[in-house]
Amino acid sequence: MANPQNTATMQRPAKAAPQTGSMPTIAPIAAWLLPGLGHIIQRRWIRGLLLMVAICGMFFAGLGMQGKVYAPNTGDLLDILGFVGDLCTGLLYFAARIMDWGIGNIHRAVADYGTKYIVVAGLLNIIAIVDAYHIAIGKKQ
Amino acid sequence: MTFELSHFNAALLFAVCASIVFGITQRNSPRDMVRYGAYCFALFVGGVILAAWVMWAIKH
Repeated sequence: MANPQNTATMQRPAKAAPQTGSMPTIAPIAAWLLPGLGHIIQRRWIRGLLLMVAICGMFFAGLGMQGKVYAPNTGDLLDILGFVGDLCTGLLYFAARIMDWGIGNIHRAVADYGTKYIVVAGLLNIIAIVDAYHIAIGKKQ
Repeated sequence: MTFELSHFNAALLFAVCASIVFGITQRNSPRDMVRYGAYCFALFVGGVILAAWVMWAIKH
């Protein structure tokens, strides 16, 4: 008869070793600045590159569709939330603002999709930031 | 540079990018990541097609 204590030990999934030091602080910041970077600096190369391609691709596709990049504002609630979503893309947002990209085009229906693409890129980056943090604290491998 | 995407192609591109992020972040092992990403992609595209047929049915 199997010892229940040993069985429980065998069935428990292997947990990643928690990383000590400043990684739990650095990884989320890096992930915010450049999507996927939080994974890359923790040697999750493929995951980081895929996240980078997906999120940056979505951001630039939104710009290509002439989507709007929200400026800081205190107007309509949806505009404020749009700004918050855009800001979560990190350096991409600041680059777009500096280069004056994302002015928007109200004459094209696809431009409205582009605006949503840019906001969703930021929201997906939030999920990537949290994932990078979980890897850094050892909650995920 | 401007993209000229149809509505369906825009929805497909959205589904691909979102599925990649969901797959990587919501599962632990690479195999589960691929499976969950494919599952999310299928749900996105299936939802688009279903919504399209519902709208067609409402119109007719």
